Amino acid sequence: MKIVVCVKQVPDSWAEKKLNPTDNTLDRDAADAVVNELDEYAIEEALQIRERLGGADACTVTVLTVGPEKAIESVRKGLQMGADDGVHVIDDAIHGSDAVATSAVLASAIERLAPDLVLMGSESTDARMSVVPAMLAERTGRPQLTFAGKVELDAASSPGTVRIQRVTDYGYDVVEAQLPAVVSVVEKINEPRYPSFKGIMAAKKKPVETLSLTDLGVEAAAVGLTGSWSSVQDFAARPPRAAGTVVTDAGDGGTKVADFLSAQKFI
Amino acid sequence: MAEVLVLVEHASGDVKKVTFELLTLARSLGEPSAVVIGDVTDDLVASLADGGADTVYVASGSEYGDHVVAPKVTALQAALAASGAAGVLVPATAEGKEIAARLAVRTGSGIITDAVGVDAGFVAQQSVFGGSTLVHSAVSTGTPIIAVRPNSVAAEPSSGVGRRVDLDVTVTDTDRLTTVTERVAQQKAGRPELNEAAIVVSGGRGVGSPEGFAVIESLADSLGAAVGASRAATDAGWYPHQFQVGQTGKTVSPQLYIANGISGAIQHRAGMQTSKTIIAVNKDPEAPIFDLVDFGVVGDLHAIVPQLTEEVTRRRA
Ligand SMILES: Cc1cc2nc3c(=O)[nH]c(=O)nc-3n(C[C@H](O)[C@H](O)[C@H](O)COP(=O)(O)OP(=O)(O)OC[C@H]3O[C@@H](n4cnc5c(N)ncnc54)[C@H](O)[C@@H]3O)c2cc1C
Repeated sequence: MKIVVCVKQVPDSWAEKKLNPTDNTLDRDAADAVVNELDEYAIEEALQIRERLGGADACTVTVLTVGPEKAIESVRKGLQMGADDGVHVIDDAIHGSDAVATSAVLASAIERLAPDLVLMGSESTDARMSVVPAMLAERTGRPQLTFAGKVELDAASSPGTVRIQRVTDYGYDVVEAQLPAVVSVVEKINEPRYPSFKGIMAAKKKPVETLSLTDLGVEAAAVGLTGSWSSVQDFAARPPRAAGTVVTDAGDGGTKVADFLSAQKFI
Repeated sequence: MAEVLVLVEHASGDVKKVTFELLTLARSLGEPSAVVIGDVTDDLVASLADGGADTVYVASGSEYGDHVVAPKVTALQAALAASGAAGVLVPATAEGKEIAARLAVRTGSGIITDAVGVDAGFVAQQSVFGGSTLVHSAVSTGTPIIAVRPNSVAAEPSSGVGRRVDLDVTVTDTDRLTTVTERVAQQKAGRPELNEAAIVVSGGRGVGSPEGFAVIESLADSLGAAVGASRAATDAGWYPHQFQVGQTGKTVSPQLYIANGISGAIQHRAGMQTSKTIIAVNKDPEAPIFDLVDFGVVGDLHAIVPQLTEEVTRRRA
């Protein structure tokens, strides 16, 4: 069993975020970078599947990222947690890629690595589009098992099958498919582990392959700002909300809120 | 005038409110057409006409619900081909965005998600970084596909022609790679969906316990509102995760948001900051949530919220 976990490096969600006035892309130097939190759940899920299948002899976990030089840190984090190896797709031409372009790069990397299972977070905390897993399924012709709150794998049957609980507004759907498949996970599917000291030391010796667009056979013109099919035209800071009224409860706090709701015609 | 397709959200024979919002938006951009997929009744088609659709494209069949999104993408693609539409609007729900994503890849079109408005020429407005920045985005390739957040525009129904066109859709084997074997409902029936609700009442760590959420639910029910929760509350297991509002939960943009026992951390604000009116109840006068409010009360929610529920019930009676 071969699992590839897609991870993205994002600005820390506690940090103030800015757009770059020169090309309207995210200013990635303005904030500390971390692994997209939801991708940590995907890494953890991959590690747990490997353990359930009997460890490294039965299953390997590869961490894949697309991004600038610094993005290697997110691969390293996965290796420290316990993944076996990493792949870093890096190319200057990629800067400014939108979701459609990014999914094209990821899809080429997935075709090359040919895993049985692709795991990823259901969205990134910076772009928050929640579209790349579906695009990857579309591009690679693999079943789309997204928004998983639970993943069960039957690797013994041939071909293997995967069953998830797809979280919905009303609860969840149980969805099944044959491998190879694309699975995205939601928060709370598990509790991501912290890298141990041993894990941090071991990660230093784990192999990370670096791939360019040429290695993947992706045209530079198909990615980056030129290859993206949507773009930011302009942006402006929103005026802050006007200050409201805050009162202290003196036994009539609920009534005061009701008065406000009446005045605003909510009741 | 070119057609603008609106992907219809419907459940149990009823059209969801966001559909009428999108039809209203479509009318400002071109000729509004609805695309309705799944179990389609005549009543459903009629209410889409009443809501403003000049053409209603119908892909009828029970199979659409049996597989994750892909067959619906094929149906929407067929509607796009049949109409030669200038743009496609879908609701920015989890499934709506996935359908939009796959349609974009299939048709070689740009996609914009979480728009809070769409101007002439399909220029989308997005509110990013927790509502601090307003961005205008446009699609440069193919047919603009834009996912619009519920509650972004007010629905103004105006009778459309309602011409019905049955689509000829060929669902492929690739569309059937997944199988939905079971649907499990956990939400209390009768409450509006979090994404769509005009009013959301949320509880956080200050609620204190799972039982404490009964207070929040009662207020929500008195207002006909959806219930939301902060991550602290869902992490503690007091309320199910699908109701989490914020950066890694749902993004809501209701007319009214009432935050109870929620401090207002940046990741929570990211999911509710574009609400039109915000009220907070919190015992800490320094809580950052008060920076956002139109009206706030400093005090114990366990006293204030039940009193509010009683007042709302009395005044609405
Ligand atoms: C990557 C990332 C993603 C995140 N995503 C989300 C997300 O999607 N949604 C989200 O909500 N958070 C998210 N968080 C967590 C966020 O940072 C906060 O920890 C969380 O929002 C806090 O929830 P809270 O306001 O309920 O709890 P607290 O911050 O603990 O606040 C509780 C509040 O309740 C008040 N209170 C206590 N008792 C009472 C009482 N009896 N009456 C009235 N008031 C009372 C207190 O004064 C306090 O202000 C995320 C964090 C990270 C790092």
